[in-house]
Amino acid sequence: MRHIISILMENEAGALSRVAGLFSARGYNIESLTVAPTEDASLSRMTLVTRGDENIIEQITKQLNKLVEVVKLLDLSEGPHVEREMMLIKVKAERSQRDEIKRLVDIFRGKIIDVTDASYLIELTGQASKLDAFVNAVEEELIVEVVRTGPSGIARGAKGLSL
Amino acid sequence: MELSGAEIVIQCLKDEGVEHVFGYPGGAVLHIYDALFQQDFVKHILVRHEQAATHAADGYARSTGKPGVALVTSGPGATNAVTGIATAYMDSIPMVVLTGQVPTPFIGSDAFQEVDTVGITRPCVKHNFLIKDVRDIAETMKKAFYIATSGRPGPVVVDIPKDITDPNKKIPYDYPKKIKMRSYSPVLRGHLGQIKKAVGLMLSAERPVFYTGGGVVLGDASEELRELTRELGFPITNTLMGLGSYPASDKQFIGMLGMHGTYEANMAMHDTDVLIAIGARFDDRVTGHIAHFCPNAKIIHVDIDPSSISKNVRVDVPIVGPVKSVLQDMLTVLKEGKKRPSSAALKKWWQQIDGWRGADCLSYDRTHAQIKPQFAIETLHKVTRGDAFVASDVGQHQMFAAQFYGFDKPRRWVNSGGLGTMGFGLPAAMGIQIAHPGADVALVTGEASVQMCIQELATCKQHDLPIKILLLNNGYMGMVRQWQEFFYDGRYSHSYVDALPDFVKLAESFGHVGMKVERPEDLEGAMQEAFDLKDRLVFMDVVIDPTENVYPMIEAGKGHHEMYLPPKSELV
Ligand SMILES: Cc1ncc(C[n+]2csc(CCOP(=O)(O)OP(=O)(O)O)c2C)c(N)n1
Ligand SMILES: [Mg+2]
Repeated sequence: MRHIISILMENEAGALSRVAGLFSARGYNIESLTVAPTEDASLSRMTLVTRGDENIIEQITKQLNKLVEVVKLLDLSEGPHVEREMMLIKVKAERSQRDEIKRLVDIFRGKIIDVTDASYLIELTGQASKLDAFVNAVEEELIVEVVRTGPSGIARGAKGLSL
Repeated sequence: MELSGAEIVIQCLKDEGVEHVFGYPGGAVLHIYDALFQQDFVKHILVRHEQAATHAADGYARSTGKPGVALVTSGPGATNAVTGIATAYMDSIPMVVLTGQVPTPFIGSDAFQEVDTVGITRPCVKHNFLIKDVRDIAETMKKAFYIATSGRPGPVVVDIPKDITDPNKKIPYDYPKKIKMRSYSPVLRGHLGQIKKAVGLMLSAERPVFYTGGGVVLGDASEELRELTRELGFPITNTLMGLGSYPASDKQFIGMLGMHGTYEANMAMHDTDVLIAIGARFDDRVTGHIAHFCPNAKIIHVDIDPSSISKNVRVDVPIVGPVKSVLQDMLTVLKEGKKRPSSAALKKWWQQIDGWRGADCLSYDRTHAQIKPQFAIETLHKVTRGDAFVASDVGQHQMFAAQFYGFDKPRRWVNSGGLGTMGFGLPAAMGIQIAHPGADVALVTGEASVQMCIQELATCKQHDLPIKILLLNNGYMGMVRQWQEFFYDGRYSHSYVDALPDFVKLAESFGHVGMKVERPEDLEGAMQEAFDLKDRLVFMDVVIDPTENVYPMIEAGKGHHEMYLPPKSELV
């Protein structure tokens, strides 16, 4: 099953490689991983998407918790939560294709953020499935480049993951 | 107090109460060595290879419970130390390894003797640090010792660039008294509800077994384990790492379990209805095939490390906490209640176990013309009155020592269980002897293993370490030969140790006493003579039967009930 794990960790050089190293050393898979400092500059927040059966996920969370730099951890998949991913996608947009692409961007509530004679650069945010749907909706030969951040996640409700 | 970085490193060791450091100098640690030279609280033991520095620090730690400390230079010094770090990591041994590093401005430039020590050691340390500012040394050292010794212990590497230890840059020094880390806080007590549940389960058991491991030794919980086991009257088996935590000479002890465990221990594991695992981690050499592991048992598991629980085997009552306090709580709960285990059921269980004991699974041919390794270990036990510290290397001799020495006290048996590192024994014995100057320290080794760190005979000479080396010389990598005999139709591919040195002359050339023993009737006298030489290292080259195998044996991937027994055993 797919799990999305939120990790609060010390914002220290090497912390990220400890997480990545743990996954490769123990043969767990990482689907995506995003990380950036939080409002408290001494802490980083990481969102990690992985797959595995119950036993593997239990080991993953225990092993992550064991890392000395991990402060707190939450398996978001255990409760209601929100996931968002951002995509930058560059597509060919010649005169004849422009209207069609523009319409598609509107339907998906994306933004065109750069324009040339021959291309659009589109920014799109949403659940991973929505981004997938957009990529599928654009004709394959029009796609020049796709950059995705991987999902960031947060639990619903008033409580936060903090110290 | 104003100190340089190098002086701070040494002062931190003093403030941690570290009296012995095992090390080897080099460019990146010269400032530290200079600071070391100018004081006499911290004593330095110069090894002959950095691998030995880490193994010696490890042996020191295993035999005392105090953290071992090693100091090595950057690059090759650090890479040589890696085997010892990994060895300590696999067996959860508290250790702090200080590695020199190239000066900070050079990091990442492929400078002379630069390696990414933090990167190389990351997967085999509990934690590691790269210090980038002289003002961080004291706090980092405090953290290093705290992390190494608390919770589930383990090795911590502190990588120190040369410029950080600059003797000309002095700063005020203050060693933190306490350290609190928001991201690291080991559990201090087990959950009382779970403990009560566990006690309830134990009391309802009809065929219970205690299965206890190295965690009991590391957690200094032998006293509590003895009390609980005796209170309940249950049989107890130890893992290779747990030997000594329960007295081998006690009647409730049914021997070691696992691949080379006793028939009675493994059969009891197979038939038990309540398994009480304490400070043990369900290693594959212990469980055999998981599908056949304790098929009828409810399992209680006490461990300080949550990730050990339900890792290999799902358990019914997990308890996360230090074994010592959990066992104390179990005793309290037990004593508060009136209920005791069913004596009728236990009596039946013991009858069954005594039946298995009748197989005499550790029997061997006592009439053989050559020295049998089992006999050599029994003789060692006799001559040292079962009271020596015994270090070992890896192979058949290790298993014979584990099976036949009969450890009655914790921290007396020092071996590399998790990583199985040949070459561990001699330097580990040095660490033990440094920590226990007057004690009998024996090294049980093989002619292949001992050659992997043989250079340490020089260290033993320089530091007057009167270790007694018992080389069980079978001319083979015996353990490899045994597998080849059993599983490769006797094709002994590269397991014959050709071109052996004359060990007697070798020992003598290092300034030690060498002895060669070939006949069973000479062994006890020779050993007695060796141990009577209180202040000399004696190297006993004991020529043993080269064909002997370790029994019982469970083939990798088989169940506990599928053991090979010695050829003469009644059950074969
Ligand atoms: C560093 C290392 N290399 C290889 C092995 C694999 N190995 C395990 S036991 C063994 C043979 C040990 O021979 P010896 O020291 O003579 O002991 P014996 O089994 O004969 O008692 C070998 C090669 C190991 N455990 N460690
Ligand atoms: Mg041998």
